[in-house]
Amino acid sequence: MLRRTLLATAALGLGLMTTGGALAAGMDKVKACFVYVGPIGDGGWTYQHHQGALAVQEAYGDKVELQWQESVPEGADAERVLTQMALGGCNIIFTTSFGYMDQTNAVAAKFPDVKFEHATGFKRDSANVSTYNARFYEGRAVQGTIAGMMTKSNKIGYIGSFPIPEVMNGINAYYLAAKKVNPNVELSVVWAFTWFDPAKEADSAKALIDQGVDVIAAHTDSTAPLAEAAKTPGVIGFGQASDMEAYKPSPRVSSIIDNWAPYYVKRVGELLDGTYAQSDTWAGIADGEVLIGDITEAVPAEVKAAAEKVRDDIAAGTLHPFTGPINKQDGSPWLAEGATAPDGDLLGMGFYVEGITAEIPK
Amino acid sequence: MIRLEKRPNPSRFWLYATPVVAVALTMIAGGLMFAALGKNPFEVIRTIFWDPLFGEFAWYLRGQLLVKAGPLVLIAVGLSLGFRAGIWNIGAEGQYIMGAICGAGVGLAFYPTESRLIFPLMILAGAFGGWVWAMIPAILKTRFNTNEILVSLMLVYVAQTILAMASTGFLRNPEGAGFPGSRNFSSYPAAQNPELIAGSGLHWGGVAALAVVVLAYVLLQKHILGFQIKLAGQAPRAARFHGVNPATLVVLCMGISGALAGLAGMFEVTGPAGQISIDFNSGYGFTAIIVAFLGRLNPVGILLGGLLMALTYIGGEMASTNLGLPSSAIQAFQGMLLFFLLGVDVLTNFRIRSLIGRSTTGAR
Amino acid sequence: MDIGGINLVVLVASLMVAAVPILLAALGELVVEKAGVLNLGVEGMMIMGAICGFITAVGTGSPLLGFLGGALGGMVLSLVFAFLTQVLLANQVATGLALTLFGLGLSSLMGQNYNGIKPPLTGAVPFGPLRDIPVLGRIVFSHDWVVYFSVAMVVLLWWVLKATRLGLIIRAVGESHEAAHALGYKVNRIRLGAIAFGGAMAGMGGAYVSLVRVPQWVDGITAGAGWIALAIVVFASWKPWRALIGAYLFGGISVLQLNLQAAGSAIPVEYLSMSPYLITILVLVIMSSGRGRAALNAPAALGQNFHAAR
Repeated sequence: MLRRTLLATAALGLGLMTTGGALAAGMDKVKACFVYVGPIGDGGWTYQHHQGALAVQEAYGDKVELQWQESVPEGADAERVLTQMALGGCNIIFTTSFGYMDQTNAVAAKFPDVKFEHATGFKRDSANVSTYNARFYEGRAVQGTIAGMMTKSNKIGYIGSFPIPEVMNGINAYYLAAKKVNPNVELSVVWAFTWFDPAKEADSAKALIDQGVDVIAAHTDSTAPLAEAAKTPGVIGFGQASDMEAYKPSPRVSSIIDNWAPYYVKRVGELLDGTYAQSDTWAGIADGEVLIGDITEAVPAEVKAAAEKVRDDIAAGTLHPFTGPINKQDGSPWLAEGATAPDGDLLGMGFYVEGITAEIPK
Repeated sequence: MIRLEKRPNPSRFWLYATPVVAVALTMIAGGLMFAALGKNPFEVIRTIFWDPLFGEFAWYLRGQLLVKAGPLVLIAVGLSLGFRAGIWNIGAEGQYIMGAICGAGVGLAFYPTESRLIFPLMILAGAFGGWVWAMIPAILKTRFNTNEILVSLMLVYVAQTILAMASTGFLRNPEGAGFPGSRNFSSYPAAQNPELIAGSGLHWGGVAALAVVVLAYVLLQKHILGFQIKLAGQAPRAARFHGVNPATLVVLCMGISGALAGLAGMFEVTGPAGQISIDFNSGYGFTAIIVAFLGRLNPVGILLGGLLMALTYIGGEMASTNLGLPSSAIQAFQGMLLFFLLGVDVLTNFRIRSLIGRSTTGAR
Repeated sequence: MDIGGINLVVLVASLMVAAVPILLAALGELVVEKAGVLNLGVEGMMIMGAICGFITAVGTGSPLLGFLGGALGGMVLSLVFAFLTQVLLANQVATGLALTLFGLGLSSLMGQNYNGIKPPLTGAVPFGPLRDIPVLGRIVFSHDWVVYFSVAMVVLLWWVLKATRLGLIIRAVGESHEAAHALGYKVNRIRLGAIAFGGAMAGMGGAYVSLVRVPQWVDGITAGAGWIALAIVVFASWKPWRALIGAYLFGGISVLQLNLQAAGSAIPVEYLSMSPYLITILVLVIMSSGRGRAALNAPAALGQNFHAAR
């Protein structure tokens, strides 16, 4: 008890000192720690975060010490792992799942001298909490363009995990982009109700193919949908989270790659040179955080050109995937002519846009 | 050649010595595995078994042991009653989830009312949620002869879907900007399950676990129901002659285990976990089955077994963070520990004899 | 053959593939339980089969050897269980659960360098013109050999358990190990054999996931299929034919609900998503109600260890 209070006070004092001094002096050595929601071997979400962590090591060599913990359940376990890391001398802790939001903020309040970086959340209760996210929907717009032009059945499909905003804005961006290049396109959505269950993901892809869908995008973590697509000639799909290059040139015709390396390298670097400050980052294609994987030769040149134009226009800032006029599914207006979606609407998106016939699970 | 010979009575010495032997053997076998992975085995073993209890941050981690062991013990004690009577509730995980949803749901329905009555009401709701979920396999078994293993297991998956619905739908935080997950109970004091003594890790769930250990001990030793449970497990026919109604026993045992699992879920979600979210459950319902058998279905044994499991989780986690071990190595290590604990147990009830006839282990 | 936008022929062909892993694992566990042993470690043995099969197939380039490797991997792990429960007489329920924990950990350690690799392809059996028969061709003649193997195993096990001396011995050991022992059968050895068989079948089931269904290695790839297999054994009342029905029913509803979603059905998604579990329960209730206790068919000595006094 006593020791705890003592330590907390000491930490507080120390925190004030270092934040004051850090701006000027920076740090000689940073211990950067990562909390992962899955195993590194998941080949998707966690794997990509770990690649980012390794890039930090590569960039700064022995000025950085890495530490990580895999498969941390969201809840009490996360709070314990975070506390242990903070006690164990981590200077900056990246918590790489939305479900760590409340724990990150709770622990951050107790350790003001440790920097916390929470992925995909929105709460920054104390000054030492920053948030970061990637505009995956920008990549979905590129995929939607390819899907709309490539589909022969005019039926495109999407495998969703859970009906949360990040997935919803992905589905809407995919559909809107496809609709723009192909007004006859219809979208089927299958909810797997899991982030990771390869067999179920394969079944979901199969169900879509059985329904005549010939372009499949997935917002779950494994390559199973691509493997399933590979069994039926003429069906194509996309890599998700990582490049999934084993399925090139077809069915994997392109991919969205979560590239966390630039952000991680930048933030740790700022801590080293003393320029670190609290921030809320939502980077996309322009910053290299969302990469569009190589578009293969299975795609005709004009489709490839159109997709690359969408990519480049988004990067240049001349195109926003959600540009009005757009109505919600029930016909009520959302964006007026020429208006672009405010970030708040996208971050909390809980509706389909007009034209999608599926229903959102309650 | 050696041969096992049954002891007339379980050896008291080995009853206490086997866990020690098992842990020692695990350290050797696990040490070899860690060495093969290129880590210093002594450092890893020390990090797992010593540091959480006596290391630099033990003042924090000892409390965390209680946080981790509490729900395990609470669920395992309930399960052990049924297991003794030959009633196989494998679906405590589902009952845990439903208890959490009901308990949290009642609390959130009153938001933001502040009243002392809310938390007790949530406790009742939590127990009720788990009880109802366990009553489905119980009633189906007594009415339609349906196997409770299958029904309770299948209902886990149904509960998980309901949990996903709750956190993206009917219990979602209305001020959460559309993100999944309920309100956090740490910002709603009347419905919160707080740490009772700062830094101790003890919350109402831990208190409940300790109380249940005592109650179950008394029940099994002194109460007629405890006698009936034991009899039904050991000699079902004799139990029927003694007037034990198997259907009543099924309903009682499933009900108790379900209610306790529900309680554990409710305490977890309003305390350490803080909120209903898609994956707040982390397999306590399944791990508790192991804990129940580690404790030899005895309440005091379960308490110790729960603490040991918690130690390997927390120590393993530290070894993984600090020494860079893959978490899969820790999982394999836990499996090994269980193998040794379960295997060495043979010495309690059996004597090892060589075929020549000399006793090699004679301690009684 | 379309109902509500769902093509039944395609649906049946899909469910036969979807059911293979749980069917194989359930058949293995069925024999284990028939011999009086309850091994809850199916998930662990499946995932060991998945990684061992994957490593073998990638290493040798032969999917067939991959399946053998998977069977071997599952079997080796099951022997740990056999040693603990048959020699050291450890509690079966707890040992089985520990086996799952151990298998999940070990498989992930073994698979560290196998992420993102494509295994050699297991193709459909070339039935030639038979494949073009309407309806039947798609349902019966369009699959890989493991699908036929799983159905053949149903027939084989049914025959062995019902009509052979070996089946009689296995059943005797599972019903009353005391009596079987008195008749001179080596109870523990027979059980050991059954456990090893169960491990091999679970391993093959796991290998089917990593070599055909997904086909790829990722941690935790079996994602709970072993638990479903355990439930299917209970569903089947320990009868091979009913295991086939159970696996096809569960696989069928799982595939059907996804198809209904894809076809834009009016049934809310969340109810569709729980339907495989609810319908399995419902069918079991209908099948098991109105019968006597004996009809439950559970081996009388299930889960009890045996130690010969002499």
